[in-house]
Amino acid sequence: MKNAFGEPQSLLIVGGASEIAMATAMRLVRRRVRRVILAGRPSPARDAAAVRLAEAGASVETADFDAFRVEEHAKVIGDVFAGGDVDVALVACGLLGDADLDPLKAADVAMVNYVGAMTAAIVCADAMRRQTHGALVVFSSVSAGRPTAADFLYASAKSGLDAFARGLTEALRGSGVHVMVVRPGFVRTRLTRGVTPPAIATSPETVAGAVLDGLRAKSGVVWVPGILGQLTRLPGSVVRRITG
Amino acid sequence: MANKTILTGWGRTSPSVAELLRPGAEAELTPLVLAPGGRGMIARGLGRSYGDPAQNAGGLVLDMTGLAAIGPVRDGYVTVEAGVSLHRLMRELVPEGWFPPVTPATRQVTVGGAVAADIHGRNHHIDGSFGSHVTALDLLGADGVTRTLTPADPDFWATVGGMGLTGVITKATIRLTPIETSRMIVNTWKCRDLESVMTRLTQADLAHRYTAAWVDCLSRQGRGVVEGADHARQGAARSFRARGFEASPGFLPVGLLNRHTMSLVNRGLYATTKRESVQVRPLASFFHPLDRVGHWNRLYGPRGLVQYQFVVPMGAEQTLMKIVERIRRSHAASFQTVLKRFGPGSGGWLSFPTPGWSLALDFPTTTKGLAWLLDRLDELVAEAGGRVYLAKDSRLRPELLPVMYPGLAAFRERRRELDPRLVFQSDLARRLSL
Repeated sequence: MKNAFGEPQSLLIVGGASEIAMATAMRLVRRRVRRVILAGRPSPARDAAAVRLAEAGASVETADFDAFRVEEHAKVIGDVFAGGDVDVALVACGLLGDADLDPLKAADVAMVNYVGAMTAAIVCADAMRRQTHGALVVFSSVSAGRPTAADFLYASAKSGLDAFARGLTEALRGSGVHVMVVRPGFVRTRLTRGVTPPAIATSPETVAGAVLDGLRAKSGVVWVPGILGQLTRLPGSVVRRITG
Repeated sequence: MANKTILTGWGRTSPSVAELLRPGAEAELTPLVLAPGGRGMIARGLGRSYGDPAQNAGGLVLDMTGLAAIGPVRDGYVTVEAGVSLHRLMRELVPEGWFPPVTPATRQVTVGGAVAADIHGRNHHIDGSFGSHVTALDLLGADGVTRTLTPADPDFWATVGGMGLTGVITKATIRLTPIETSRMIVNTWKCRDLESVMTRLTQADLAHRYTAAWVDCLSRQGRGVVEGADHARQGAARSFRARGFEASPGFLPVGLLNRHTMSLVNRGLYATTKRESVQVRPLASFFHPLDRVGHWNRLYGPRGLVQYQFVVPMGAEQTLMKIVERIRRSHAASFQTVLKRFGPGSGGWLSFPTPGWSLALDFPTTTKGLAWLLDRLDELVAEAGGRVYLAKDSRLRPELLPVMYPGLAAFRERRRELDPRLVFQSDLARRLSL
């Protein structure tokens, strides 16, 4: 349960421990989050994330979640909720993909970023509707609305997820569940190392801060940095130059 | 879900949605308990707990005020249903010469709530908490069976202070206090600093049945006013005609309660109090300052207020003074700050009062840095061997609870034996893993 200051106490991260998700989790654990569930594929990265969170004071559980195995999502995430209320769920399944137009790789990108993320979000939303509280944070991307030659496979999948999440916001109105769509711009992470950052780039820490602010303010859509929300009014060619 | 209602505690923080049902008779409760639904249920009285103990997100909340029968008084004992308010009890029994054994600063609490939170009043140093005056209570358990518990039964003490999590309290037999009049003789002393408030309060405890002190946390010295009172034995006839306003005046702008206005009000209150005085006052005026304005909690604006009440053992005076100093330096403004010395505890496993100094404060939720400040105060309280009051809590770190309440492990174990399916659930129970 959240406390009087709106601070969550339990956190579910779906899709393993990306740098953004971990930065967010660490901040939440520094406040009131005590139970963290890392739902992702078993991996050294997941184990390392669990150790870091435990050292920060959380009691950490893991759940074997695979974005591709949509038929298991209801069971895997259902078990997490059966173990206790989840105050915040971060849906952070992500696969960047590349510019190759390989149909099977394209299908993978769509499966992880869109289909798997969506089915996981549906299961979370349903469980939160029953507990009548909780925040569901869906990581979209600024590229969802601005595909480029370099990222349009990824962007198309995020675009689908973004539309789904906004629709879900409407569907859950009055249920006590808060859905928040986060649209970061270019984020400097391990994955993007070596890529020349565009004029407006951000960091996992900044995204985490924006997520916490958004949770507190119950925002519907959060752009990181916030200025990106304004830029959507500019012509696409200009925006691409600034955001990459 | 039918009858979806948004519920909060008196502090109006952390609203949650539940199905609210108001049973009119005890018999209506059993089928509900036997078919609890996935999110369980919790009994609710008049919603005066500040935090979330009478909320149950996604589940069922039982409004107990429909069970409000008062039995006849026999030899100073009365058996009442759990939904009876202390207000009604006073209205009915004061004219007959009886007073509730314990009353908090509001009459708008039910007997069920008084037992579940094991409430205390200004006579704690002499008479103890509410649970000490209950000789029997009926508890509807998770198995659908109602048991009559007496203080000889360990489950009685799991239930007294148990925040409604051992079952639904349906009835209680209470030992009443005989009174000869409905007046109080109230002694008042004005004290220029916290140390003299504490000394005066200690002295007052030796001479008077009801004592408490108001402390001006915004003043540099921690000055305050101590009251010591007793029931008047002669004079006016017994009557009980107290009533508050229906609601706080609607024209007050939100945010009127801030550090500057409070400081001004405090200064005024202090300045207009005589250095020492004796007055004869009606019961309600002495006991229930919070009932003078109905819905005064709305004065704190839509984000509500956070109550903070702790007790530290006798001997931990330095901790108490340190806390008051930290609050003053933080510029967090508490409007109603009440200091009280507790006597022995009742024996309730999660009962709050334990011998020592108790301070109650309330802050607007929007106070800058409040979450952080209260976390630091918790640490000081826990270090000194003290605890915070669950009926007022809305933000404690769960891991501090076992440190503050040594009876918690036994409570958790017994709760899971009595209620393996966790039929009785509340937002508080989820938040603090009770």
